[in-house]
Amino acid sequence: MSAPLPLTAPAPRPTMPRWRALLLFDSKYTPLAITIALFVSMTVAGGIVYDGLLQPQIFLNLFVDNAFLLIVAVGMTFVILTGGIDLSVGSVIALTTVVSAVLVEHHGWNPWLVMPLMLLMGAAFGGAMGLLIQRFRLQPFVVTLGGMFLARGISFLISVDSISITNPVYMSIAEARLSLGGGCSLSVGALLSIGVLLAGIWLAHATAFGRSIYALGGSEASARLMGLPVAATQIGVYALSGACSALAGIVYTFYMLSGYSLHAQGLELDAIAAVVVGGTLLTGGSGYLVGTLFGVLILGLIQTIITIDGTLSSWWTKIVIGGLLFLFCLLQRLFAGLRRTRV
Amino acid sequence: MSDTAILQASGIGKRYAGVAALHDVQLTLRAGEVHALMGQNGAGKSTLIKVLTGVVAPDDGTIALVGEPIAPRSPADAQRLGISTVYQEVNLCPNLSVAENICAGRFARRRWTRTIHWSRVHEEAAAIMRRLDLDIDVTRSLSSYPVAIQQMVAIARAVSVSARVLILDEPTSSLDEDEVRQLFAVMRTLREQGMAILFVTHFLDQVYAICDRITVLRNGGFVGEYRTSELPQAALISAMVGREFALTGTDRQAVPTGEAAPLLTAQGLGRRGGVWPTDLQIRRGEVLGLGGLLGSGRTELARLLFGLDPADAGVIAIDGDERRWRAPAEAIAHGIALCPEERKTEGIVAELSVRENIVLALQARLGLRRYLSRAQQNEIAQRFVELLGIKTASIETPVGLLSGGNQQKVVLARWLVTEPRLLMLDEPTRGIDIAAKQEIMSEILKLARQGMAVLFISAEIDELVRVCDRIAVMRERRKAGELVGGSSEHAVLDLIAGTA
Ligand SMILES: Nc1ncnc2c1ncn2[C@@H]1O[C@H](COP(=O)(O)OP(=O)(O)OP(=O)(O)O)[C@@H](O)[C@H]1O
Ligand SMILES: [Mg+2]
Repeated sequence: MSAPLPLTAPAPRPTMPRWRALLLFDSKYTPLAITIALFVSMTVAGGIVYDGLLQPQIFLNLFVDNAFLLIVAVGMTFVILTGGIDLSVGSVIALTTVVSAVLVEHHGWNPWLVMPLMLLMGAAFGGAMGLLIQRFRLQPFVVTLGGMFLARGISFLISVDSISITNPVYMSIAEARLSLGGGCSLSVGALLSIGVLLAGIWLAHATAFGRSIYALGGSEASARLMGLPVAATQIGVYALSGACSALAGIVYTFYMLSGYSLHAQGLELDAIAAVVVGGTLLTGGSGYLVGTLFGVLILGLIQTIITIDGTLSSWWTKIVIGGLLFLFCLLQRLFAGLRRTRV
Repeated sequence: MSDTAILQASGIGKRYAGVAALHDVQLTLRAGEVHALMGQNGAGKSTLIKVLTGVVAPDDGTIALVGEPIAPRSPADAQRLGISTVYQEVNLCPNLSVAENICAGRFARRRWTRTIHWSRVHEEAAAIMRRLDLDIDVTRSLSSYPVAIQQMVAIARAVSVSARVLILDEPTSSLDEDEVRQLFAVMRTLREQGMAILFVTHFLDQVYAICDRITVLRNGGFVGEYRTSELPQAALISAMVGREFALTGTDRQAVPTGEAAPLLTAQGLGRRGGVWPTDLQIRRGEVLGLGGLLGSGRTELARLLFGLDPADAGVIAIDGDERRWRAPAEAIAHGIALCPEERKTEGIVAELSVRENIVLALQARLGLRRYLSRAQQNEIAQRFVELLGIKTASIETPVGLLSGGNQQKVVLARWLVTEPRLLMLDEPTRGIDIAAKQEIMSEILKLARQGMAVLFISAEIDELVRVCDRIAVMRERRKAGELVGGSSEHAVLDLIAGTA
C-alpha cells in the first residue's frame, strides 16, 4: 500500500491528475481551441459529404452573408465580457435601416452624411442604456430588453411598410465586390466586418479600455478598488455595442437595399449564440473575439450545409445551433468547475 | 523618523444603519514611518481605511494630505493623490494575468500608437515581483497561483506605484514567514525613502518588529497613539481589549492520549500530485496539530481525510472499520467536519444572515425533514455569537457586512454547532484578534475534553505548541514526523524546516 507513488516534478497545480493539467495547460485558451476544432471538423466532415462545400467562394460567402452578424457579435462580445448582455442589437439594426431609408429616400439626404449619423445614433442609444445600467445599478437584461422594444417600436412608428432603397450610392456599394482572383470576391459589408473584427481585437488586447473590460468582467468590486474607470468602461461598452449594431444596420441596408421595421428579428439571439459558441463565458471576464469569429462562421456553416443539401428543412439550422449551445454550456461548466479546484 | 505629517485624519465618524462603526477617530501618518493600526475584530480598522481611500464617504471629520484638505471620492481618486492601498480581502481580478493585475491602470504605452507595450509591462511586473523575491511567470492568470502568491501580487501592485502613503490592511494573514520577511524588507526600503506606511495586523510580534508608532482603536473609537518603544505588549493588548488581559497558556492538562481509542486511522493515505502516502491517527478527545509551511500538504491531507479529493492510495478507518469516501457527504455522515481555509470562496455565504450561516451545516446534517424551528435557530445563533464574541448588529445581519475576523468566527461557529466527532480546522484563527483567538482556543479545548477529536491546522508554531496534545508536521507533501504536545517551539521549527 505504501509503495511510493510516481510523483512528477513539482507541478504548478499539484492536486490535479495529469489529464486535467494537460487540458488546463493554458486553460484560458481551451474553449477557443474547442471552437476552432469544431469548425475545422465540421468543414472537413461537410466537405466529405457534400462536394460543393470546399470551394473558396463558399467559404468567403460565410463572411458575405454573415457580415452584419459578425459586426454585432463583436460588440456583443465586449458586453458579455463585462458580464452584461445586450438584447437591443437586432432592433437597432431595424431602426437603422428604417431611418436611413427614410432620410435618404424620402428626404433626399446625402448618404455620406446619413451613415455617420446612424453610427452616432447607435452609440448614443447604447450609451444611454449603459448609463441606466451603471448609474442606477439596473439589470442589463431588463434595460436592454426595454431598449429592444423601444427601438423596434420607434421603427414601426416611422414606417410600417418596407421602404426600398434606390439611391445610387447605396446601390453601387451593394454591388461593389473586391475581387480576390480566381473568381473569388468579397462584398463591402464583408470587408467592413473583417475590419471591425480586427479593430475589436486591437481594442481588446492593446488598449487600456479593452483590459478594463476584462477586469470588470473578472470582478467589478476589485476593478473599482484597483482604481480602474469602472463607470466609463461599462457605459462605453454599451455605446460600442450600439455603434456596432448601427454599423451592422448600415451593412444590412447594403445587403437588403431596404429599410423595414421587421428586419433582423431575433438577431440578438444569433449574436449571443455565436459569442457563447465562440467560447466566451456569459459570466464575463473570459473569452476572445477570435472565438466569436469562429462562432459566427460555425453558425454560417450550418446554414450553408443545409442549403447545399437542399432536402433538409431550414429548421435544422435552429436544431443544430440549439444542440451546440447545450454542448458549449456543458463544456463551460466543466471548465469552470476545473478552474475552481484550488491549488 | 521625521515629524512631518503626511496624512492627517481627525474627527472621523461613520455610521452604518445608525450603528457607529467609527466615532471621532484621529490618525496621523508621518513621512518615513511605519504606523500600526491596531484593534480587535470589528474595531473599525478596515472602515477607517475605506474612508481614507474614498471607498466609503465619512459622515464626519476631515482628512488632510500634507496640510491640504482632501476628500477622495473613489479609490482611483485616492491613487491619484498618492495613496496606494492593499485592502483586507484580496482585491484583484483572478481572470487577468499577474502582470496585468500589477500594472492595470498605468500600463507602459508605445510611443506613437499609445497602445499597451506588453513586453515592457511584463518586464516591469517581473522586476517588481523579483523585488519581493518571487520569480514567477507573470503572464499566467492570477487564479493559477495559490492565495499567498495572490496576496504578494496585491502588495506588489501597491508598492510599485510611487505613492506618498502606503496602506496595508492585514497583508500578512496568509503569508509565510519568508514572505513576511521579504515584505518587511521592502517596507523598510520604502520607509527610508520617506513613505508613510499604515500597517494592520493581528500578529503582535510583527508590530514590534517593524512599526514605529501605533494607533489603537476600540469599538470604533480612538484609544490613543503611542510610540512602539514606549508601549509594552501587555499595555497594547489592554488598550485594544479595554481591560487587563493576560496571555495565558491554555490550561492543557495531561491528556491520557495513549489510552483513548483511535477515532480515525489513516494508513498510507495519499494522492498522486497531492500528498505522499501518510499514516495518521487521531484519538478521541485529543487535539492533533498539523504544522508545516504553506503548500507543505497540510490542506491537501485534510481534504483527503474529508473526501473532498479522492485518495488513490491507502485506507481510512473510523472506529476500526475501513471506509472509503466517495464524497464529503459520507465523511459528514460519520461525524467528520472540515472548516476550510478560504473563507471567502468556501466558507461564508455573504448574502445570508449570521443566523442562517451558523445553522447551515447543522440543518444540512439533520436533513430537511427535521427542520429547525426559528426559535431553535435563534437560540443556537445567539449562543454562538456570545460564545465566540461575534461582533454584529444582530443575528439577522448579512454576514458580508461583518468585519473580516468576525466572518471567520461565523464559519467556525457553523462547524462547532454540528458537534462533530472529528473537527478539522484549517487555519481557523487567520485574521482573528489575539483575545478572541485565546477564547476560541479554550472553547476548542473544552469540546475536546468532552470527547471530540480535533485536527488543528496552523502555520503559527506558538499556537500549535500551546493547544495541541500532539503535533504532526508536514514537509514537502509528506509527514516529516510527530511531536508530543508541549514540545519547544524550536523542536517544531526544526521539524518544519527539516533541520532536525
Ligand atoms: N457595509 C457595512 N454595513 C454595515 N456595517 C458595517 C459595514 N461595514 C462595516 N460594518 C461594521 O463596522 C464595524 C467595523 O468593521 P471593520 O471591518 O472596520 O473592522 P476591523 O477593525 O477591520 O476588523 P477585522 O480585524 O475583523 O478586520 C463592524 O462591526 C462591521 O460589522
Ligand atoms: Mg478589517
